[in-house]
Amino acid sequence: MSKVVAELKYSAEHEWVAADGSGPAGIGISAVAADALGDIVYVDLPEVGSAVTAGETCGEIESTKSVSDLYAPVTGEVVEINDDVVSDPALINSDPYGAGWLFKVAVTEEGPLMSAQEYAAKNGGEL
Amino acid sequence: MTENYTALYEEHKKAGASFTDFGGWQMPLKYESELAEHHAVRNAAGLFDLSHMGEVWVTGPDAAAFLDYALAGKLSAVAVGKAKYSLICQEDGGIIDDLISYRRGEDKYLVVPNAGNAVVVAAALAERAGSAQEGGFDVTVQDASAETSLIAVQGPNAEAILLTLVPAEQHSLVTELKYYAAVEVGIAVNGTVQDLLLARTGYTGEDGFEIYLPNEDAAGLWEALLETGASHGLIPAGLACRDSLRLEAGMPLYGNELSREGNPYAAGLGPVVSLAKESDFIGKAALSELKAAGAGSTTGRKLVGLKGLGRRAGRSHYPVLKDGNVVGEVTSGQPSPTLGYPVAMAYVDVEHAAPGTALDIDLRGKAEPFEVVALPFYKRQQ
Repeated sequence: MSKVVAELKYSAEHEWVAADGSGPAGIGISAVAADALGDIVYVDLPEVGSAVTAGETCGEIESTKSVSDLYAPVTGEVVEINDDVVSDPALINSDPYGAGWLFKVAVTEEGPLMSAQEYAAKNGGEL
Repeated sequence: MTENYTALYEEHKKAGASFTDFGGWQMPLKYESELAEHHAVRNAAGLFDLSHMGEVWVTGPDAAAFLDYALAGKLSAVAVGKAKYSLICQEDGGIIDDLISYRRGEDKYLVVPNAGNAVVVAAALAERAGSAQEGGFDVTVQDASAETSLIAVQGPNAEAILLTLVPAEQHSLVTELKYYAAVEVGIAVNGTVQDLLLARTGYTGEDGFEIYLPNEDAAGLWEALLETGASHGLIPAGLACRDSLRLEAGMPLYGNELSREGNPYAAGLGPVVSLAKESDFIGKAALSELKAAGAGSTTGRKLVGLKGLGRRAGRSHYPVLKDGNVVGEVTSGQPSPTLGYPVAMAYVDVEHAAPGTALDIDLRGKAEPFEVVALPFYKRQQ
């Protein structure tokens, strides 16, 4: 079973959000999504300084088998992107909640997000 | 769609496989990582369950003449012990399936169709045979797909792994077995040595073997190969890497590159069609016309290889562009794990099919540069 981290919140499109209200929110994709996609070989992230809107696409994730849209789980300005994951997308598979983080957003508004319990129950993840 | 399970389904679950529906079968897509499985097959060995493939026995005094009539190739010219890649076509030249036929005796062939086509091919063969009483062929067509399993060991270490299960006095049968040939060999399964049909064939571009055996022995052989192969780098390998391996090797996949709407000449399979054989065969008239008209060479579209110049991969059904105009369509595509750049197969208009031609793939609205290259993308060192 794919791991779901208790301290994070999750979107229906399988992004996780690390927001404690003290600074920009870290965003990545869940292990459930990473495992379903297979080996990830390319990521297209929004640019630093660009605005993203909750529920809208802001990039792409490409695995050996498929291409998927990346959805913004929150609204706000992108303040940082993970350059390591752009050069080594396999980090998303090996450490989706850590080294495989994607970008950080100065959040003005959160989209609809689920608790880890809700997300795990809906998607068969393991807390 | 009917949900079929191979005799190895529980083995795959034990190994942690993710499953996918393929041709009506629940098959392992990958175990841990499809990239790791791909590299294992190129560098060491991979173990595949191919039990979803069909097995149709054609036996009887007219077996060779019948297959010459039913298939596009000249199967009567195949020596006993050898195999041949062929096509079963419609009257209009459309491809019903691509298949491998093993000649197991003067009057005995094993025909292996794809999983999703096995029932259709078995039925088409039975229909084409007719009945001897009514002037048809004196053959029996027997679909053994349900009771037959197929396990493949593919990769440079395949032979060494297999030999650990074969009695020493029979080793030469394995080591001297040529590509596209098959032999009955004693293989240790479940504590006894059983004579099984061993073929040196595959769909990966590597050396390797395919073993046909009764369902009841499949789990025993699977476990024995996993155990003895581990020290040779063998790991179980799923359909995801089977697809990336065959794509690198430039091998067509039925449903992607081959279909009833296509024809062998456009697919680059002209040499598989024997217009020269003495007997008539189903599809001959239409295929003769297609060839004379220049299908796949001077008219229509042709299957080509495309090499990506950027990092993005083309995918099945993406349009192929020349100066912004659609000139073709991708049939298969993904990043090549072995070569490190995106590869694709696509049907393109013949005037843009020459190697070196610069084309774009419409990647969800963005034109990504590709170049036509000769197939295969990957060829192993001999």
